Amino acid sequence: MHPIIEREQLSPNVVRLVVEAPRIAKVRRPGQFVIVRRGPGAERIPLTIADNDAEAGTITLMIQAIGASTTELTNLQVGDAIQDVAGPLGSETHLLASGHAVCVGGGVGTAVLLPIVRALAQAGVHVTSVIGGRSKEWVILERELREVGDVVTCTDDGSYGRHGFVTEALKDLLDAGGVDAVYAIGPVPMMKAVSAMTQPYGVPTTVSLNAIMVDGTGMCGGCRVTIDGETKYACVDGPEFDGHKVNFQELADRLTTYRPFEQQALDRLGACATTEVKS
Amino acid sequence: MTDPASPAPVGEEADLPPKPASNKERMLIERVAMPEQPGEVRAHNFGEVNTGLTYQLAMLEAERCIQCPKPFCVDGCPVRVDIPRFIKFLRDGEIAQAAESLLSDNALPCVTGRVCPQETQCEQVCIRVKKGNPVAIGYLERYVADWAQANLDQLPKADPAKTGKKVGIVGSGPAGLTAAGELVKVGHDVTVFEAFHAPGGVLIFGIPEFRLPKDIVQAEVDRLKSEGVKLELDAIIGRTYTIPELREEFDALFLAVGAGLPVFMNVPGENYKGVYSANEYLTRVNLMGAWSPDSSTPILHGQRVAVVGGGNVAMDAVRTARRLGAQEATIVYRRSANELPARAEEVHHAKDEGVQFEFLVAPTEVLADENRWVTGLRCVRMELGEPDASGRRRPKPIPGSEFMIDCDLVVVAIGTRANPLLTGSAPELRVNEWGYLITDEYGMTSLPGVFAGGDIVRGAATVILAMGDGKRSAAAIDSWLRGAWPPPPEANAKKPEKEAAVAAG
Repeated sequence: MHPIIEREQLSPNVVRLVVEAPRIAKVRRPGQFVIVRRGPGAERIPLTIADNDAEAGTITLMIQAIGASTTELTNLQVGDAIQDVAGPLGSETHLLASGHAVCVGGGVGTAVLLPIVRALAQAGVHVTSVIGGRSKEWVILERELREVGDVVTCTDDGSYGRHGFVTEALKDLLDAGGVDAVYAIGPVPMMKAVSAMTQPYGVPTTVSLNAIMVDGTGMCGGCRVTIDGETKYACVDGPEFDGHKVNFQELADRLTTYRPFEQQALDRLGACATTEVKS
Repeated sequence: MTDPASPAPVGEEADLPPKPASNKERMLIERVAMPEQPGEVRAHNFGEVNTGLTYQLAMLEAERCIQCPKPFCVDGCPVRVDIPRFIKFLRDGEIAQAAESLLSDNALPCVTGRVCPQETQCEQVCIRVKKGNPVAIGYLERYVADWAQANLDQLPKADPAKTGKKVGIVGSGPAGLTAAGELVKVGHDVTVFEAFHAPGGVLIFGIPEFRLPKDIVQAEVDRLKSEGVKLELDAIIGRTYTIPELREEFDALFLAVGAGLPVFMNVPGENYKGVYSANEYLTRVNLMGAWSPDSSTPILHGQRVAVVGGGNVAMDAVRTARRLGAQEATIVYRRSANELPARAEEVHHAKDEGVQFEFLVAPTEVLADENRWVTGLRCVRMELGEPDASGRRRPKPIPGSEFMIDCDLVVVAIGTRANPLLTGSAPELRVNEWGYLITDEYGMTSLPGVFAGGDIVRGAATVILAMGDGKRSAAAIDSWLRGAWPPPPEANAKKPEKEAAVAAG
């Protein structure tokens, strides 16, 4: 069992959990993820490790409530425990050695980005983070990112920072020149747009693909993605890939495989919640 | 699980026919049939297909064994179970001794009694084959093993002297569990590492509930734990721990991680929605319990399901598809019925359950609608040419024979390969060109004290061959730990046979 040591609500649907997992805390590298199973009968959910404290034996997970299973995870409180935390899985991030990196985060992707930004900064790379959300309350981790580099915030409704999408802010940075690498993590359309934008500038772009997974060790092949025309497994070959080579259309499409099932599960969860309130 | 029989159920002894007085009389007894759920019923449930022998049937069948002085059946068994011995105990009404005898030879008899291909092993070489049907060794093994599982308190508790040596086993499938059982029995301190959240490997994620109930696997694991085997779940070797770390912590290692990488057809359209590897399809249904509507893990329920491949895994997948509600469930196999690598019993069961077969057919493309959902398989008819390296006639396409199979779900069950996760993290481990571990005649890898067995050495094979590896490696590891190296030649050891690949080939 993996007790929850800390819990923080970062945005209306993103929660930060600090979870006891001493072994993983000791060996994890930036970019790697864990597979979490809340308890008996629960789904296996891949979650990027946002941070670790080897001494305390804890890892930090940022969870966005999208489906029933992630909603249940975000509902966990300090003192609750997660039954299974397996990892660290996936390959570590290929980090720029020096120069200027722009790190683009959208939604919970910003949380996944944080360890990469920290690792880059630690290596002496100048980092500009470009993060966004629908409105102010959806912009997360700005303070943490600002501790290690520059931050540009964007909101779709202009309620905070720059009015508009992260790609527009990125374009200004690319036009200004001197960008050696871009790391983009967020919803598929955002990563696709970022990759399309950096391509003409010839700036290497790394994206993190949130494909559907079961085991996370290369056994099921459910997470297969097409990279440069070749099938790869996001769980072992990735999760990070060269954004200019990813078939985003296929990824976006495969992510819809269980949409009707997910909606049903959410409806059931809603029904349960209502029942509990009544009793 | 079958109702466990007792050695002599009250009031049932009288129901038994008189004991045969001679082998001549024994030879007159017909082989019993395994009771099973009717095909049309079981095609819609996940309950066990074979329901197990009754006490009467088991006692009758046990009388059929003529107790050969030189039993061929033992040579036919990859783990060398002393078959006549346990059958004799059973026949004499000494079922606890039958169970003790069986368990001393075989760490997972409830499993092998269900999934072993006895017809190509022990039963194939039974002396009675010359004059009819062999003794139903598999049925009797299952009967005794199920009794043992339900009556563990009636078996003697082993308490071997502790050796103080630590053995790490990577993988809790049939090879790993067997080795664990053997090593703990001789007093070693055994820890098994499993990447998944539940132990059993292919027994739990691959083989379906209707062939091998999961509570039976769990009970076998629980028995091993009660004997002292330690289990660490969610531990991925190559990620959570490395081989060098484990070598520091343990006096010997046994790598039994299986061949876990799915092989796809490499045809256009394979990444459309509605194409699964058999690994994913079966893992979702079995390990994650998606066969139950209560599971939070989703599975696509195809109405018309095409399963590509002809091995046991393909049969498991197609029979699962029927149970999940497929109106049509079809095996698409590129050779003919004669070359099917699956067990005859599985093929027979599949047919009974309404599974259709398209022989001499190979898919060339997966087709989909505008939303990229699978709508069919474009196929080509094949004919058999000259034999290939496997000895089977090589299929080749017949020009101009293209046709369509309409389907909304495709499951690819054409085999597996070595997963490089473990081997890739320890470059000193020598692997062959396919990524399988290279071992010496004792099952030791290129690293001293690191042994390996099962599919990660031999490529996709069967549960019992993996168990044979586990048992042999355990004996070698024991010799290694006791400093008796190389191990003394086994008195009656028999070189493991390389069985035809389970994959469709």
